[in-house]
Amino acid sequence: MKTIIVIGNGMVGYKFCEKFVAKKGSENYKVLVFGEEPRPAYDRVHLSEYFENQDAKALELAPKEWYKENNIELIVNERVSDIHRASKKITTVKDRKFSYDYLVLATGSSAFVPPIKGVEKEGVFVYRTIEDLEGMLAYAAKLKDKKPNAKAAVLGGGLLGLEAGKAVMDMGLEPHIVEFAPKLMPRQLDSRSSQVLQLKLESIGLNIHLSKATNQILGEKAITGMEFGEDDMLEVDMLVVSAGIRPRDELGKSCNLEMGVRGGIVVNNKMQTSDKDIYAIGEVALYNQMIYGLVAPGYDMAGIAVNQILGEDSLMPEEIDMSTKLKLIGVDVASFGEPFMPASKGHSIIFENKTQYLYKRINVSLDGKSLLGGILVGDATDYSMLHQIYLNGMTIPEDPAQLILPAGEGGASFGDVMDLPDEAQICSCESVTKGQICGVIESGEATDLADVVGCTKAGTGCGGCKPMVKDLTEATLKSLGIEVKDTICEHFDLNRQDLYKIIQVKGYKKFNEVLDNHGNGGHGCELCKPVVASLMATINADTANEEYAIQDSNDRFLANIQRNGTYSIVPRIPGGEITPDKLIALGEIAKKYDLYTKVTGGVRIDLFGATLNQLPIIWKELIEHGFESGHAYGKSLRTVKTCVGSTWCRYGMDESVSFGIELENRYRGIRAPHKIKGGVSGCIRECAEARGKDFGLIAVEGGWNLYVGGNGGATPRHAELLAEQIDNETVIKYIDRYLMFYMRTAKPLQRTAAWQDRLEGGMDFLKEVIIEDKLGIVDDLEKEMQTLVNKFECEWTQAINNPEMMKRFSHFVNSEEEDDNLVFVPMREQKMPEPWK
Amino acid sequence: MEEVQKKYKTTKLKDVNFWFKAAPVNAFPKDGGACIKYKNLQIAVFNFERLNKWYATQNLSPEKQEMVLSRGMIGDYKGTPMIACPLHKKTFSLETGENLNGDLDPIAVYPVKIENDFVYVGFSE
Ligand code: SRM
Ligand SMILES: Cc1cc2nc3c(=O)[nH]c(=O)nc-3n(C[C@H](O)[C@H](O)[C@H](O)COP(=O)(O)OP(=O)(O)OC[C@H]3O[C@@H](n4cnc5c(N)ncnc54)[C@H](O)[C@@H]3O)c2cc1C
Ligand code: SF4
Ligand code: FES
Repeated sequence: MKTIIVIGNGMVGYKFCEKFVAKKGSENYKVLVFGEEPRPAYDRVHLSEYFENQDAKALELAPKEWYKENNIELIVNERVSDIHRASKKITTVKDRKFSYDYLVLATGSSAFVPPIKGVEKEGVFVYRTIEDLEGMLAYAAKLKDKKPNAKAAVLGGGLLGLEAGKAVMDMGLEPHIVEFAPKLMPRQLDSRSSQVLQLKLESIGLNIHLSKATNQILGEKAITGMEFGEDDMLEVDMLVVSAGIRPRDELGKSCNLEMGVRGGIVVNNKMQTSDKDIYAIGEVALYNQMIYGLVAPGYDMAGIAVNQILGEDSLMPEEIDMSTKLKLIGVDVASFGEPFMPASKGHSIIFENKTQYLYKRINVSLDGKSLLGGILVGDATDYSMLHQIYLNGMTIPEDPAQLILPAGEGGASFGDVMDLPDEAQICSCESVTKGQICGVIESGEATDLADVVGCTKAGTGCGGCKPMVKDLTEATLKSLGIEVKDTICEHFDLNRQDLYKIIQVKGYKKFNEVLDNHGNGGHGCELCKPVVASLMATINADTANEEYAIQDSNDRFLANIQRNGTYSIVPRIPGGEITPDKLIALGEIAKKYDLYTKVTGGVRIDLFGATLNQLPIIWKELIEHGFESGHAYGKSLRTVKTCVGSTWCRYGMDESVSFGIELENRYRGIRAPHKIKGGVSGCIRECAEARGKDFGLIAVEGGWNLYVGGNGGATPRHAELLAEQIDNETVIKYIDRYLMFYMRTAKPLQRTAAWQDRLEGGMDFLKEVIIEDKLGIVDDLEKEMQTLVNKFECEWTQAINNPEMMKRFSHFVNSEEEDDNLVFVPMREQKMPEPWK
Repeated sequence: MEEVQKKYKTTKLKDVNFWFKAAPVNAFPKDGGACIKYKNLQIAVFNFERLNKWYATQNLSPEKQEMVLSRGMIGDYKGTPMIACPLHKKTFSLETGENLNGDLDPIAVYPVKIENDFVYVGFSE
């Protein structure tokens, strides 16, 4: 068995592993990967997203287990320090030695820091790794504590510099961009587009300083300013250097591989270095005398190296596409092909409108037939299409101006995605062609966008191609006669909001009425039935005992089904407050029925392992002790988590427990598109994690701050501020309106966070609706909510008092016996279901 | 556990040699299911009222070998009457037992007849 050692576990090093293990023949090799960073490879392209959530996991390209599952040995946190070509061994900083048959250098690059006097001062950062970002965040937080209007500069006005500029702005610092050249993004933009971009960036609050050569970084220990010329300086408290990259080629140099004059390890079109057993890929490789600072060419290089090692012949193309689109900054910028073209090669068509910060330029061949490149600032919606036309050499309209003129002014919507040739590369990061995307849909492998992304990986790289992948998916589905609509399932041509209105207006009470009058002639399914059940509950203030056969399984049995078909029981403990007597009662009931007991993440108590037959008996006892349903099974209010607040806490500004209990009791039982959670904290220390909830309150001087749309789950999101310093009554009014508006308009199983994200007009619109009553609906919203509140009834009490309803709680309808298939095993003095095989 | 699955075999109407009198019609929810016990078998019986048909299947979900199918929701998938397992929403044809949204083994299905407001399930042994 031969050994491949990959040095560097960055984006390209990871891609090498991924492509390698997917190939036949790879099982005959042992792959050993070294990474200097403390974690497995992550998505550097989306590094800036780390500022939003500080979730390193979310950026991970594959978890550690992935490497194990694919028989790759990954050693992180260990730098390779030497290569011994003669003996084919490497040494690491821990002085460990390993032999290789093939070596792949994927060491990437590091940020280039120009030798300016004082750059080593505290507060000067580069922008390359998660650790860099953590350092910046910590420093910025410290700064802001001391100085509320602290300033930060970014050295370099290129692609990355602007991204860094946006990042420091989001950290709450006054942002400055300092660029040596007389224009922004000098490599991608011409002077006019650069000016338009500058105007736009200034309008959103970035300060731009062009033609500035920095002589010195000022300050004692920490940076206090930058000096450009004699009387020319800028006071700043922090600096991010983004002045270009330098390949991490030190290993190549020390073992005498052929190097470029200005660095980089020279490779041929097989990705081989001057030693045929050593490959170099990604940002360390010098190909055609160039370092390509983009991920797509790196991924291609990884693919070539994989093929070469496995004995397949494939070569890196001569020409490499360097088109780019700037992301995240709140302004569209893109350039493709040849952005600046000499007049001898073709003609340029330019459209500029400074009042709207718009600039578009396309370069067309002298014969007017092909597109050579272009620049888009302010509106890059046409980028994907223009880029494709350029890449595939497609014919362009007789009047090429149509490609960029706004529709209505001679512009035509040109270029249907379906006109692209099958070979057109849609996702350059993952090398996915149009043919592949349409293919998985045509073969039935994929039936929606999520499937397409899953099957082809298109759109999982930089994400720039997503709109096009979506268009292609929809167009292909349509061409197959499959309608793409936002409908709830095959049985209705309606979405949830339409159904809401219909049920409300027509006053339907039964699923079959809705299905017969508005369905497609089928019989319903596991998607539409619960949706209608939930709508009926909201509109008619019903409990889940109504028409139980259309309820989701958990609602049908008023309990959460567990792994082995038994159930869990979660009584309501409003606000988390519980008397010792009730706590004892819970303990005794749990003991009597031998239920596994644990405190939930929603700070109440869950009793697991009840059989269907036991549910009503146990609930009867709980109700006798004053408990009621906790609706842990419903798409309804779960808990309002509270901190102890001014009741006991020395910092408490208000009675968070009392208010939390009041809110939990107010909204208990109502059915919504998804579950709803609340939180109430007594001060800004936020011990109730209120900003992670659908609605959250924090007591401040003069009232409550109300936050909405928080979420845990797979995509955590902090709630956003809806109103400040409001009193209890106003809080209730606003939450009533907010929840009801959500219940009326969200999609099925859409949490408030996702709903709010997709709300057109965003938070501003939400404030207009809820606070300023822009739509004139708040009276209705409040009234509807009050009806629900007034009609609340504990559905477990309702069920155990009704013999007809009780019939559903037995495992067999023809026997008193219980499920004989259950096997429990002991676990830390309690029990659990036998593990699944 | 696969031992359990072996006890369930699809039974064709022509092979029925014993009709088990299971329970009265009103023991089953309309457009829903409930479970019956026959010897050491657990059989899910569904009253598909919208089609005016009854169906019976094994109660065992083949994915994780749990006795839960009777507690799932019924409906149709592109016209085929189906049951969705309450645990992970795997769907199975009520007519043939075939898994409609995956490649799980089919579930066993049994004939049902109604006589004098009683539900009978047909077995071959
Ligand atoms: C029991 C509990 C875990 C525990 O032992 O602590 C739990 C258990 C389940 N959670 Fe949870 N979640 C529990 C607290 C949470 C929390 C923490 C919290 O509430 O503060 C969260 C993150 C906060 C949030 O909701 O944003 C949480 C986020 C989720 C999610 C992700 C929701 C999302 O918007 O992405 C799911 C999946 C879903 O609902 O689709 C989920 C789903 C589930 C399900 C329903 C999965 C399932 O279908 O079986 C589990 C039900 C088990 C049961 O029978 O009770 N659970 N779950 C917790 C019950 C709290 C309670 O008292 O009601
Ligand atoms: C903020 C930011 C935004 C970006 N945005 C885009 C974009 O929009 N589009 C785009 O195409 N590109 C973008 N890039 C560039 C892109 O991230 C890089 O092209 C890509 O990461 C290069 O991959 P690589 O594997 O060659 O290098 P890296 O990802 O840098 O990986 C190299 C790894 O090797 C490790 N290493 C180095 N030496 C050793 C050693 N001796 N032993 C062990 N390990 C070692 C390093 O620690 C590093 O983890 C962006 C970069 C940044 C920083
Ligand atoms: S985190 Fe996953 S495993 Fe844990 S309770 Fe929630 S859903 Fe179940
Ligand atoms: S156990 Fe039935 S679908 Fe998973």
